[in-house]
Amino acid sequence: MQISGAEILVRSLQAEGVEFVFGYPGGAVLEIYDAIFRQQEFKHVLVRHEQAAVHAADAYSRSCDKVGVALVTSGPGATNAVTGIATAYMDSVPMVVISGQVSTPAIGLDAFQEVDMVGITRPCVKHNFLVKDINELATTIKKAFYIAATGRPGPVVVDIPKDVTQQLAEFHYPESVSIRSYVPVTRGHPGQIKKAASLLAEAKRPYIYIGGGAVQGNASAEVTELVRMLGLPCTNTLMGLGAYPGDDRQCLGMLGMHGTYEANMAMQYCDVLIAVGARFDDRVISVPSHFLAQPKKIVHIDIDPSSIAKRVKVDVPIVGDVKHVLRDLIDLMKQNGQRPDAANLAGWWKQIEQWRSYNSLLYTPSTEFIKPQSVVQKLYEITGGDAIITSDVGQHQMWAAQYYPFKRPKQWLNSGGLGTMGFGLPAAIGAQLANPNAQVACITGEGSIQMNIQELSTAKQYHTPVKVIALNNRYLGMVRQWQEFFYGTRYAESYMDALPDFVGIAEAYGHVGMKIENPADVEGALREAFSPALKERLVFMDFRTDQSENVFPMIQNGKGLDQMDLPPHMRELQIAPFENNRDYGNMC
Amino acid sequence: MRHILSILLENEAGALSRVVGLFSARAYNIDSLTVSTTEDPTLSRMTIVTHGSDEVIEQITKQLNKLIEVVKVIDLNESDHIEREMMLIKVRATGKDREEMKRMADIFRGRIIDVTEKTYTIELTGTSEKLGAFIEAIDRSVILETVRTGASGIGRGERILKI
Ligand SMILES: Cc1cc2nc3c(=O)[nH]c(=O)nc-3n(C[C@H](O)[C@H](O)[C@H](O)COP(=O)(O)OP(=O)(O)OC[C@H]3O[C@@H](n4cnc5c(N)ncnc54)[C@H](O)[C@@H]3O)c2cc1C
Ligand SMILES: Cc1ncc(C[n+]2csc(CCOP(=O)(O)OP(=O)(O)O)c2C)c(N)n1
Ligand SMILES: [Mg+2]
Repeated sequence: MQISGAEILVRSLQAEGVEFVFGYPGGAVLEIYDAIFRQQEFKHVLVRHEQAAVHAADAYSRSCDKVGVALVTSGPGATNAVTGIATAYMDSVPMVVISGQVSTPAIGLDAFQEVDMVGITRPCVKHNFLVKDINELATTIKKAFYIAATGRPGPVVVDIPKDVTQQLAEFHYPESVSIRSYVPVTRGHPGQIKKAASLLAEAKRPYIYIGGGAVQGNASAEVTELVRMLGLPCTNTLMGLGAYPGDDRQCLGMLGMHGTYEANMAMQYCDVLIAVGARFDDRVISVPSHFLAQPKKIVHIDIDPSSIAKRVKVDVPIVGDVKHVLRDLIDLMKQNGQRPDAANLAGWWKQIEQWRSYNSLLYTPSTEFIKPQSVVQKLYEITGGDAIITSDVGQHQMWAAQYYPFKRPKQWLNSGGLGTMGFGLPAAIGAQLANPNAQVACITGEGSIQMNIQELSTAKQYHTPVKVIALNNRYLGMVRQWQEFFYGTRYAESYMDALPDFVGIAEAYGHVGMKIENPADVEGALREAFSPALKERLVFMDFRTDQSENVFPMIQNGKGLDQMDLPPHMRELQIAPFENNRDYGNMC
Repeated sequence: MRHILSILLENEAGALSRVVGLFSARAYNIDSLTVSTTEDPTLSRMTIVTHGSDEVIEQITKQLNKLIEVVKVIDLNESDHIEREMMLIKVRATGKDREEMKRMADIFRGRIIDVTEKTYTIELTGTSEKLGAFIEAIDRSVILETVRTGASGIGRGERILKI
């Protein structure tokens, strides 16, 4: 029997086991919406702005093991989706975005709401398709899901002209697809894995640097096993948080621009570094030449060959899926009984403990102002460290990363690569839908939240009881911090004037609002927000925080990992420089 | 250093713009680019002449391979290869220049493929260097128009780029 293109699309999504489609209707996708209306298998979530549809689908995907799906109309619907697509692309999130397109005969004629979606998104998708022939629709959807989820994951756009959704054809959903020009690798080269094992076994100061690839690749168990088996120190990137439990002693916390002192010093001074699904980002290693000036052997495990040797030359590249590569590495080292020398390792740990003892995340408490860090710490305490946390972009994002030690992967959802303000709230909605029983909190700023605040309406409609934790410093704080440091405290356009009454806004949307101005009220308010009485409600918490607080440590542009700007209490310390040739073996 | 890359890609709408877009988005250089279908109509063969450090060329190769529609990429520089480019050049050929131009075309093994009273159009094939040398060898002021295809390359001997 012949069915319409719209029905073919819907049936294809059903065949993919799609639970939710996040979207917004319009002329070019009306046929598709009609087909959605006439089915029950998946649910459509109507957002209030297409950017939010894509963020919600993205966070849905990040917080469970499925491909997120967004649906937008042609023209402005499509362009509104672009920021969301680029966000997912930079963080390698598997997603399928379906955009409507004007009918094929109208393409190229500047038709109403026509935009070259394939052209616009080309640089920020893993792949994209324009479906001109209804007979290719089902196979294209199959390919889109396959490409999105395999290899290095990423967003795939499928642009479907309106006439294709209206034409009729037989529906056959392929069981599988193979694409001759796309064959992702999974297993690492055994010779390379052997080299990595030997390097680790010979290391004096080994270090494991865990990135988003370990989260995306579901390799948390393998990462943890390797780190524990060898007794090594490790660090997580902003995207890798939770891949190794942040509350464990072997974890030195996040590294990079706002990483801990010990995590950054260990990165600079290790002699063997194993990079696991991490891409030596500029916010992590800063200046490559400075990073490499301290000699070290580097093993880089990544599924994407182009991530390897992009910014940093490595000694042992291993192309493959982290889960498989680490499994093979662990098995090999077990089998050979390979371990780093215990005395060397003990010496290395001694140095690390010394670095750690400076407590680089210490901040000055206050009874007058609410310290933003303390809000995050209280949130951690009250949620038992178990909540799924989304965030926006700015200082609050860094404090969330620093003071909420994530226990498990996929618990922390943020825009790292693109740094998209406005990600947090729609992401929280997507994550809540994927994890209906989890506590979901969005740590945000008064600047960021206003970039997608309209999603409070979506949250009302779909009963997603997320807790919005706004660290309201009345500043575009991260911008202000840079202006304080680098622009002589000239706060050009970083003061948030004319702020709305967030409690009033929350209430107007049918939610609960709270304004917290006194440090003494922080705990009580959080307990109330997370109490059973408000379990089913979205609570918007407007914390009036210390306006002048800065994020420390911080690595300024052009500085190295061991040249951090330190928090006030560390500035007076006489910290001995790391001595490369010190014999750590004899220190203990 | 100058490199000549051979790329086999799916003969699909948009594949070319993905390759070109990659070069501009990542600030790689394209000195020349040629593309056409192969004996297998589902495949196109592209030759890109580019330049950059070894690291950049390695990234270009990896990034090209990452494009879904790219089937294979080889850097012809890695072993013996042949490259050819074709040029059509229209020159003013009057008076005693006419004789001289004919002689130059012969020296460079060019063929005169169109003749008017005042002009010759010469077809010249060879390495890009040779075509450049021809332009250098003749008097600039007589050149009316040049059209160059950009280099195409192929490995020598048994070296084959195929799926
Ligand atoms: C305000 C702000 C401040 C920031 N400060 C910091 C900071 O201090 N520290 C920090 O770390 N980041 C920071 N970032 C984030 C930074 O910009 C990068 O997004 C981040 O560092 C990249 O993380 P990653 O290296 O883990 O790579 P990701 O972007 O997560 O990339 C993952 C890598 O793993 C690979 N991969 C994916 N799946 C697999 C698999 N299955 N097997 C093998 N490999 C796989 C991919 O190919 C890719 O190379 C900041 C961002 C913002 C907005
Ligand atoms: C869409 C977008 N525009 C601009 C920026 C640049 N930017 C980075 S952080 C920041 C300030 C964010 O302010 P706020 O949300 O209040 O967070 P705070 O830093 O104060 O915690 C800005 C403007 C961005 N990351 N994203
Ligand atoms: Mg702010």
